[in-house]
Amino acid sequence: MVDEIQKRLLEEVAGLHEMPEGAYNIRANGEMADRNTTANIDIVSKDDGTGIDVRIKSGTQNESVHIPVVLSVSGLKEVVYNDFYIGEDCDVTIVAGCGIDNCGVQDAEHDGLHRFFVGKNSKIKYVEKHYGSGDGKGKRIMNPGTEVHMEEGSSMEMEMVQIKGVDSTVRKTTADLASGSKLLVRERLMTHGEQSAVSIYEVELNGEGATTDVVSRSVAKDASYQKFDAKIVGNTLCNGHAECDAIIMGDAKILAVPQLEANHVDAALIHEAAIGKIAGEQITKLMTLGLTEEEAEEQIINGFLK
Amino acid sequence: MLELKNISFEVTEENESKQIVKDLSLTLEDGKFIVITGPNGGGKSTLARVIAGINMPTSGKIFFEGVDITDKSITERAKMGIGYGFQQPVRFKGITVHDLICLAAGKDLKVTEVCEYLAEVGLCARDYIDREVNASLSGGELKRVEIATVLARGSKLSIFDEPEAGIDLWSFQNLIQVFEKMREADREGSILIISHQERILNIADEIVVLADGEIVRQGGRDEILPTLVSTDSMASVCGKYDMGGKK
Repeated sequence: MVDEIQKRLLEEVAGLHEMPEGAYNIRANGEMADRNTTANIDIVSKDDGTGIDVRIKSGTQNESVHIPVVLSVSGLKEVVYNDFYIGEDCDVTIVAGCGIDNCGVQDAEHDGLHRFFVGKNSKIKYVEKHYGSGDGKGKRIMNPGTEVHMEEGSSMEMEMVQIKGVDSTVRKTTADLASGSKLLVRERLMTHGEQSAVSIYEVELNGEGATTDVVSRSVAKDASYQKFDAKIVGNTLCNGHAECDAIIMGDAKILAVPQLEANHVDAALIHEAAIGKIAGEQITKLMTLGLTEEEAEEQIINGFLK
Repeated sequence: MLELKNISFEVTEENESKQIVKDLSLTLEDGKFIVITGPNGGGKSTLARVIAGINMPTSGKIFFEGVDITDKSITERAKMGIGYGFQQPVRFKGITVHDLICLAAGKDLKVTEVCEYLAEVGLCARDYIDREVNASLSGGELKRVEIATVLARGSKLSIFDEPEAGIDLWSFQNLIQVFEKMREADREGSILIISHQERILNIADEIVVLADGEIVRQGGRDEILPTLVSTDSMASVCGKYDMGGKK
């Protein structure tokens, strides 16, 4: 069962105060800690023990799957492969997330590959939160990979959040979209200290009328480093939009690399990227409302990442 | 009561120093509705920013309720009861109208309380409360939200820098009522407005005419207003302005 530290991590990454309703699989320190399946959602461990398969029956409506991972021992390094097979006409929320508490001197690392096979006309909301805590010298490292395969008319909304405590992360998300499918990505990222975060997105719009909107809002503080690399490929009549909006502070560095590739005359692709510091006027306005400079900065960042 | 004693504000541009406010002294009594008017570039906005602490005077002293606030920060002055509405409202990505009004009030307000402030500036609260204070709001909408933030502070001295700027004439009619209401209700606190609008001047207790960084005229509305609307006197203000070496 999960301990107090793990409970706190679960609350941070999955908003869980107690065991969730519906299907769930909780992985703690490299092992399955708890699992529940429902009539429509089955979770089975892979034969080689490297991860789980989540199978969602066609027609499953308004159900949720929670698959949080928590690490609370120093020096643990794991790689998991989780596959989601989603049938047709589903409407399901999937909450993943990883929390690492590292009080030790050795690095703790969780790497994972999530693959989604989204059936025709299914609607998925996917939330993934990363969180790190612990005052040890060991680093908290997460390298998530996400692969999304979307069939006709399906839609997926991905909320990717990493606000605190992860020292090093390389996130790679790839997606291919069939006709009439829609992928929305909302990424929120904050790095501080000497953290490094790289986000790579590659979305291929293969079917007519496929749409994607990849939006990242990030704040880089102190001496942290961020790279946002979003590529949208339009192979047919389609719409793609990528946006990176970043606040830079202290000695941070941010590299935004938006890429568009149109291989069809009816591919409509747009990218926007903006990096800048907090406007002095914004601080001044909030100070005239009685906030100190530090409080003003905090409010501006909180709002920006909300 | 606010007292400005021998306030000067100087900027250096291309190695040349330029006086925006010149040795200005002014006393604002409590419970008064004061309008500062005068030609563009005359130092009105700078003076308002000096009072709010956004610009620090080059020389002179500022007293608020008997306390020397010359070296106090914007935050300290806000906490002492000086409110300030920007001429060009600031935009915030992600901060909603509701958030901003709560920050202004210094506490979490109920939706109905936020609605009251918005209704006062002529915004239908339901449409606005969850909107972000960003570029999706029009200039006029932002201006009303800005004024609502000053109202929510309930300051002893509320300063508004050209509240009419960026608002269409039709909406401005409603806004006049906002200020009339403030004038009626808030007899304890004073209101300082920078404005060129005759309708604002019409409800002033006192009018101060500022040109080229100096007070050229000051007095009750009945005394000053007739001199402003007559062409000759405006010309004389302009004359003085030109004489000030601004050319």
